[in-house]
Amino acid sequence: MKTFDLTTTSLRDINQALHEQSSECTEREWKITGAKGNHNIACGLDQSLSVDIEGHAGYYCAGMNKKAHVVVHGNAGQGVAENMMSGTVRVKGQASQSAGATAHGGLLVIEGDAGARCGISMKGVEIVVGGNVGHMSCFMGQAGALVVCGDAGDALGDSLYETQIFVKGSVSSLGADCIEKEMRQEHLEYLTDLLNRAGVDEDPKDFKRYGSARQLYNFKVDNASAY
Amino acid sequence: MCGIVGLYLKNPALESELGALFEPMLIAMTDRGPDSAGFAIYGDEVVDGTKLTLRHEDENYNWEALAELARAELNAEVVWFQNATVAVFKMHCDAPRATAFIEAHASDVLILSAGHSIEILKEVGLPEIIANNFNLKGMKGTHIIGHTRMATESAVTMAGSHPFSTGEDLCLVHNGSLSNHNRLRLELKRQGIHFETDNDSEVAAGYLMHRLQEGDTLKQALENALKDLDGFFTFTIGTRDGFAVVRDPIACKPAVLAETDDYVAMASEYQALTTLPGIENARVWEPEAAKIYVWERT
Repeated sequence: MKTFDLTTTSLRDINQALHEQSSECTEREWKITGAKGNHNIACGLDQSLSVDIEGHAGYYCAGMNKKAHVVVHGNAGQGVAENMMSGTVRVKGQASQSAGATAHGGLLVIEGDAGARCGISMKGVEIVVGGNVGHMSCFMGQAGALVVCGDAGDALGDSLYETQIFVKGSVSSLGADCIEKEMRQEHLEYLTDLLNRAGVDEDPKDFKRYGSARQLYNFKVDNASAY
Repeated sequence: MCGIVGLYLKNPALESELGALFEPMLIAMTDRGPDSAGFAIYGDEVVDGTKLTLRHEDENYNWEALAELARAELNAEVVWFQNATVAVFKMHCDAPRATAFIEAHASDVLILSAGHSIEILKEVGLPEIIANNFNLKGMKGTHIIGHTRMATESAVTMAGSHPFSTGEDLCLVHNGSLSNHNRLRLELKRQGIHFETDNDSEVAAGYLMHRLQEGDTLKQALENALKDLDGFFTFTIGTRDGFAVVRDPIACKPAVLAETDDYVAMASEYQALTTLPGIENARVWEPEAAKIYVWERT
């Protein structure tokens, strides 16, 4: 294992060392200590690395991640795993707003609460939150799934496309065009598998499923003539 | 962008270290606001009388002459000390008389704050230089809030430097911008609130002062602020005995809170909290949108 201390090594040098693994992998396991709220830790990784970050991370931690398995042993600031393509990101504490924003793939697990706009404009990522999510979560979510083991804030799933949402607790309010949907066997099976992969011990039968009613402008074939 | 920070002590044993604990918090927010910086510190109470923080451009300004005149005009005891460009006057009279005297007899002196406990110190420049100039790390007190400014809406001048105080012992630091401040300023002026600048943050401070004067508690005043202020904001507020944090209903601007048995700390970013004692085991969380967090001495 290779260890870097952010209090003595520059962030740029650490990220550069991680990026150099993309052409030829010489070291699988990495540890970054002294995070101290620094922004952009372990961004843009493109290799099957295991990266452990000790302490609280700042903004955009593990952003644009591809293939790597990143664990934050603390809280994460805004935009953790934003635009992730693949791999996994796990936050042991809480995450600030816009967690997993626009992410195309991979698995994001937040063991505590996530702030506002969790999974905003998500495009295929799977997000599992152990606690609550804030308002406007999954706004314009296009694909993938958001699982909330606690409660969801206002305007959940506003202007949703095809993202699936599963919530165990209460939902303050649903956003425009987001509705509760029937939980069929196929959804239970999918949720069981996702919770297992996330390592979260919850009963899938306790969750409700939400999705798009497909009633907004872009879902109407009549509007196709405008283009 | 701007940076805001606050530290409210629960453990009186730390009061002698307030400035030393706070200085690195303010400096950590330099990236968010390198243009000017300032802070409002609470402590060294003047129970029977008024404490004014006054500023004059000239470090060699004759403060003793002003104090002597005040003693004669107000027939009141006046003691004072100087800290760089600022002087703190402790005057044995009420705040309206004290401020009226300064306005009448020293029009080139800027009143930064008035009250029993508050002292506001601010300057244009990097937070580190300002902290050094005022010897922040040597200061004692019960709570402190600070601001580092990245100017967007008005020039980098002393007039645009934060924080603002619009009433006795009240101070507010603001990250964000308000959209209905012009109309609100007009209404508040009619209610007798005095403003020094065209700044939106000053209107927020004036609004809170007005609500408190109407009899609101700090929490009630902030509940009303959520209804009446339009725009985006994270506020941290200091009063003589209290400390509060509130974010707008959309939570546009960042904020993080940390609490231990010894203190409550607020910052725009977690980086500003990393030097606090016991932060590794503190409860650290993001304040929710439109939720009012208040700590007050009972």
